Amino acid sequence: MVTSFCIGTRGLSRAGGTALLFAAILFAKPSAAFADDFGLRGSIEPEFRVFTQSPSSNGQRNTDLSVAGELTAKYIWDGGDQSLVATPFARLDQQDSRRTHWDFRELRYGYVFGDWEFRAGFDKVFSGVTEAVHLVDIVNQVDVIEDPVKQEARLGQPMVRLRTTQDFGAFDFFLLPYFRDRDFPGPDGRPATDIPVDRDLTRYGSAQGKRHIDGAFRYSNHFGDVDLGLSYFQGTGRDPILSPALSKNGDLVLAPLYPQIKQASIDAQATEGAMLYKFEGYWRRELGREYGAATGGIEYTLYGILGTEGDLGLVAEYALDSRGLQQRDPYENDGFLALRWTANDAASTSLLAGAVIDAETGALGFRFKGERRIGDDYRLSVEAYFFGNVPRQDPVYNIADDSYVQFRIARFF
Amino acid sequence: MSRFFDRARDLASRAAFIFVFAAALAPISARAEAPGLPPASDPAARGLAIAQETDKRDRGWGDAKADMKMILTNASGETSERALRFMMLENGDASDGDWSLMTFDKPRDIQGTALLTYSHVKEADEQWLYLPTVKRVKRISSTNKSGPFVGSEFAFEDFSTQQVAKFAYKWLKDEPCGDRACHVVERTPQYEDSGYTREIVWIDSTDYQFRKIDYYDRKDTLLKTLTCLNFKLYEDKFWRPQELDMVNHETGKTTKLLWQGYSFHTGLSKSDFTTASLERER
Repeated sequence: MVTSFCIGTRGLSRAGGTALLFAAILFAKPSAAFADDFGLRGSIEPEFRVFTQSPSSNGQRNTDLSVAGELTAKYIWDGGDQSLVATPFARLDQQDSRRTHWDFRELRYGYVFGDWEFRAGFDKVFSGVTEAVHLVDIVNQVDVIEDPVKQEARLGQPMVRLRTTQDFGAFDFFLLPYFRDRDFPGPDGRPATDIPVDRDLTRYGSAQGKRHIDGAFRYSNHFGDVDLGLSYFQGTGRDPILSPALSKNGDLVLAPLYPQIKQASIDAQATEGAMLYKFEGYWRRELGREYGAATGGIEYTLYGILGTEGDLGLVAEYALDSRGLQQRDPYENDGFLALRWTANDAASTSLLAGAVIDAETGALGFRFKGERRIGDDYRLSVEAYFFGNVPRQDPVYNIADDSYVQFRIARFF
Repeated sequence: MSRFFDRARDLASRAAFIFVFAAALAPISARAEAPGLPPASDPAARGLAIAQETDKRDRGWGDAKADMKMILTNASGETSERALRFMMLENGDASDGDWSLMTFDKPRDIQGTALLTYSHVKEADEQWLYLPTVKRVKRISSTNKSGPFVGSEFAFEDFSTQQVAKFAYKWLKDEPCGDRACHVVERTPQYEDSGYTREIVWIDSTDYQFRKIDYYDRKDTLLKTLTCLNFKLYEDKFWRPQELDMVNHETGKTTKLLWQGYSFHTGLSKSDFTTASLERER
C-alpha cells in the first residue's frame, strides 16, 4: 500500500512515520473487551480530489488520491479525575510528498483537582465564536496541508495548561515551550501558492527560534445570553510573513519569517432565541508595528422549515484587517454568506453552500459541502471549492487556479 | 455488604410490587389516590395537584448517572442505534430546571460530542454543544423545542425536564391502565416554540409515574404516543422506566429508549456541569 504512493526522498521519514501509524490504526481494532476506563476509537478516510483547472506547474496533476487515519486511545482513572489521551493522525497522499504527513493531535496527561485542572503534553484548544474566520484561536498552529482553504485543522501543540473554574469565570494559563512551524504543500501539491514555500529558509524573530517559550492567558465566562472570552498571547506568531527568496538550488521560493508578537483579543456571542450575534477581534504588536483585525456577524436558524423536520441555518459575517491587502490574512475586507440545511434524519444528512466576496478586489470564493451517514459506521462527504474573478493583487490569487471537488468516505470504529 | 443492600432493595421493591398489585385489584370506584386531591368538579385544580404530586414524589434524587441506548426503526423496519451517557443534577430550587450533560458514544462519527443544558422554567434553556474533533464549545440556540433529537421520534422538548409550571393542566378522568389505575390529565405547554397543542398523560394513582403520553401536534391531530415500561425502583424512592417506546402515528417510525445503569447520589456537583467540564474526557 505504501509503495504504490509516490514518495520523494524528502518525504521518507514522514512517510515512514505515516506508514507506522497506519499499521497501528489498522491493527488496533478494538476488541470491545476493554475495561470501562480504557477507550479506543478511530477512523480511516479515503479521499479523491478532482481539480477543475489546468495546473500551474509541471509536477501538479488534475486528480489526487489520498487516505487519512486517526486513532484515539484514552485511559481514564481516579474516578475520572486523571486521564491519558493519545490521538495520532496520519495521511498518505499520492501526489504531494508534503501532504503525506503525520502528527500527534493529542498526547497528553490530564488531572482534575477540585476547581482546578492541569494538562501537559501535545494538546489542542479552540477559542472563538465565528464560523468563517477564526481570528482569536492562536494557540495551535494551522494544519494548512490538511485543510488548505478553510484552515480549520490544527497541529497538536506542546503545552502545559492550568485552568481554574470559579463562580466569576474560567481562567486558563498556557505555557507553550516549543513552536511548531506551518507546513506547506510541496511543489506537486494542490491547492498551493504558485511559488512554493521553502521551510529550509525559515527565520524567527527570536534568537531561540522554535524553542522560544510562549505564553497565553484566557478568561471566559457567560453572563445570561452573552458568552465572553478575553485572551492574551505573547510569543512566536503562528502565521508567517512570506517573502520571495532564492532556495539552495537558486529557485524562486517563499521564505517564512515568524516574528515575536503580543496579541490581546476578545470574542463574544449573544444568543437571542434563534439568532446568534458574534464578534471576534484582536490587537497585535509585531516588529514595532501595531495593527488590528476583527470579524463578526450573525447566525440565524429556521427550525422545521416548510413543515419538514429539517432546519435551515443562515450565516452572514464580515472580516476586516487594518493592514489591508497583504499575503498573510486574505480576509481584509471580505463578506461571507452561508446557508446550511440539516435534514435531522437518521442519516444526519446536511448540505452547505457558502460564498466569500472580497469587497475591495471583487474576488469570489464558493464552497459546497454535502454529507450523510451510511449505515451506522460510515460517512460520505462531498466538498467543492471554486474561485472566480480573482485579480492578481488578491492574496487568494495564488490558489485561484486550484478549484476542486473532493469525495471522502470515512469508516469509524 | 453490598449484597445485603441489594437484598434489602429487592425486598423493598417486591413489597412495592405487592402493594401495586393489591391497588390494581381494588375496585376503581374506590379511588385509591393521594389524599387531598381536589374533587372532579374542579378539573384544573385536580390536574395541577396530580402534576405537583408527581413532581413531589421525585424530589431529592440529587444527582444521577445513566446510560441510554436508542433504537430508531423506520416504516420499513430498518434500524439504527445511538448510545449516550447522561449526567444529571437536580436543581435545589424547585421552581427552576435541572442540569444535564449528555455524551454520545454512538453513532461513532459523532462520538464524544456532548450537550450541556441548564433548563429553566420561565426563561429559555441555556445550551452548549461540544464538538470533539475541533475541541470547540459552542453556545447554541435552545428555541428548537419541536425538532427531532438526533433523527429520532423524540423531540428536544420530550427530553427536557418536565417542571410543573411548564404546563397548564386539566384532569379528564380516572381509568384503569394496564394493571393499575391512572389519572388521565390533559396538559398544555405554556412555554414558547412547543410543537404540541396539548398532551394527554396517564399518571398512575399509586406511584404517580407517567405511564403513557399522547402528543397532539399543532393541527391538534394525534402525532405520537409514548409508553413507559419496566419501571424499576432506585434507593427505595425513585421510580425510573427502563424502556420508553415512542410511536409516530403519522410516519410509522418508532424510537425505543433503553435506560441502563442508573445510579443516584453519585457525588456530582455543579462543577461537573460547566462549559469547562464539557471539554474533559468522559
